[in-house]
Amino acid sequence: MFYREAGDFKTSYEQDNQTFPIKFDRYRYYVVLAIAFLVVPFVINDYWANAILLPFLIYAIASIGLNILVGYAGQVSLGTGGFMAVGAYACYKLMTAMPEVSMFIHVLIAGGITAGVCVIFGLPSLRIKGFYLAVATLAAQFFLVWLFNRVPWFYNYSASGQISAPERDVFGILITGPNAPAWATYMFSLIFLTFCALVARNLTRGTIGRSWMAIRDMDIAAEIIGVNPLKAKLTAFAVSGFFIGISGALFFSVYLGAVEVGEAFGISKSFLVLFMVIIGGLGSIFGSFAGAAFLVLLPVVLKVVGVDVLGWPTDIVAHFQLVIVGALIIVFLIMEPHGLAQLWRVAKEKLRLWPFPH
Amino acid sequence: MPDQFLFATEVFINGLMSGVLYALVALGFVLIYKASGIFNYAQGVMALFAAMTLVGIMDGQVPFSHIINSVFGTNVHHFGWHVPAMLAILLTAGVMVLFAWLVQRLVMRHLVGQEPIILFMATIGLAYFLEGVSDLMWGSEIKKLDIGLPQGGSFWIEDMTAGLGSDNFYGFFIDNLDMVATVVAALLVTGLVLFSQYTKQGRAMRAVADDHQAALSVGISLNFIWVLVWSVAGFVALVAGIMWGTKSGVQFSLSLIALKALPVLMLGGFTSIPGAIVGGLIIGVGEKMFEFAIGPLVGGATENWFAYVLALLFLVFRPQGLFGEKIIERV
Repeated sequence: MFYREAGDFKTSYEQDNQTFPIKFDRYRYYVVLAIAFLVVPFVINDYWANAILLPFLIYAIASIGLNILVGYAGQVSLGTGGFMAVGAYACYKLMTAMPEVSMFIHVLIAGGITAGVCVIFGLPSLRIKGFYLAVATLAAQFFLVWLFNRVPWFYNYSASGQISAPERDVFGILITGPNAPAWATYMFSLIFLTFCALVARNLTRGTIGRSWMAIRDMDIAAEIIGVNPLKAKLTAFAVSGFFIGISGALFFSVYLGAVEVGEAFGISKSFLVLFMVIIGGLGSIFGSFAGAAFLVLLPVVLKVVGVDVLGWPTDIVAHFQLVIVGALIIVFLIMEPHGLAQLWRVAKEKLRLWPFPH
Repeated sequence: MPDQFLFATEVFINGLMSGVLYALVALGFVLIYKASGIFNYAQGVMALFAAMTLVGIMDGQVPFSHIINSVFGTNVHHFGWHVPAMLAILLTAGVMVLFAWLVQRLVMRHLVGQEPIILFMATIGLAYFLEGVSDLMWGSEIKKLDIGLPQGGSFWIEDMTAGLGSDNFYGFFIDNLDMVATVVAALLVTGLVLFSQYTKQGRAMRAVADDHQAALSVGISLNFIWVLVWSVAGFVALVAGIMWGTKSGVQFSLSLIALKALPVLMLGGFTSIPGAIVGGLIIGVGEKMFEFAIGPLVGGATENWFAYVLALLFLVFRPQGLFGEKIIERV
């Protein structure tokens, strides 16, 4: 009834080419943005920021990054945790070396450095494919974590081997350190998420995105029709690394504040982000959001239901969480291998015909 | 002989022994991958689950006692009996067969024809699930597994070799358990080879590994073979679980040996049983020697990543591994 193209006349090429061709989608998008930027910062409190919103925003950036690599370019990576660690440590070194420079710039440079590291570890992708590549990226994961653990220069020779974020402000408002207000950290992460999502969405619609997808669908055929595999694969690694680095930097500086590398950026982090991408939907920006939201909310919901409502001991609930996450992944793969994004697409198709389905 | 050389030899031998243990885990991967094209990430957790079940049965633990106690307010923990090791191993093998059947019936059957990456993800989900279940069933504390295997250094070898070096060389330290593991691994591989060469089921298994459709057309039941393969992999996991569990206690980190088996597989090739063994030995020796020679210079603990980097460098030159089938791509 309200969700259709009919009656929405396009009079210019730009209009024809916009991200959301359906009017309802477009308004929904503006409303979501308005709520996120204008309403949430005023009602947010510490619990919501730290338990749900910050992890959601930061993981969403990471899963957009990984989705570009796995979902769009078809290069499976298990090194996400290690690359996030690169972002975090790059951000730390920059923050401590140049305290007067704005955090925005630090986070962006950290993303850039991660992109570089990601490209180096992406080089073997030109020779090896599929599982072999997935396992090869494990080399990145373990090597990077070891590096940050063992080379004292990276953690400024601190006695504990941890890195902790010094207090930094943007335009006079604290955004890192324990005294930063919840709304400021939220806004800071939100700005980066919006920026990343916009960039990712537009890259994947354009030439680069199409060459990624061609490589994903069949790399030999893509090469024959003139896609340069070297360029396509390495740009995918670079863009993906850039986003993952940003999320690692935010994860460390804004969200956790203090990080021990093996704990925060271990192999389980790589799997967590990969699950977000799979459950959300491979090759979909919306899917990255949905997957991140799902896997951030699930433990919170389980904890509330298990510990607070049913009164079970926390360790049982933690084990149940493993069982449920595992079972959900299997069920998802069996019922809907294309993830939450596919459910959303089906819902939209139905909505387009509603209320007269025939 | 100079002491440094003797120390290096000792490290080399110990590397070989730990390589055997890596190879044991890698073997389970190869079996499933060959027969069904599934890269079974859950192999490590299966080893953990098997070891936990074995300890639980031997001690007469009540399964799920923690939940039962907290839901019904009871206080049951043990049945109060002790099962002899051999019987417990048989029972655990039975549990692994049941698990194999359930996996096939509830999961893999519904995923036939999906892309390999989806199957891989499903086994990661399975790994999480199984890890949660085994914690719920048997509790998550570290357990001691003792089925009567000899442990500790071998005095005999130590005495025999002590005379080789100068006064501050005390002979080779070699763990008895590692030697047992080597023998067991050799027996296991021989058994698997005999099974796949000389029995009807074994031949059917190889036929399925070779070509699914051809195997179907001569009347081999894929469902049965897959259950069989998962059972055999479960049995290999049980053996690996016993060895690793006796060595370092039954605990969560046992499931992480699966990750160690990955570079072994890459080096040896995903589809080759000899490859898994040779790869395991190379990785075992390589990481011990590297830690011995280079480790002190760069801060130690290089064992965490050496295997992966070695495999990565190796793959760049030979993408299918040492013994893997040549990868042929057609458009």
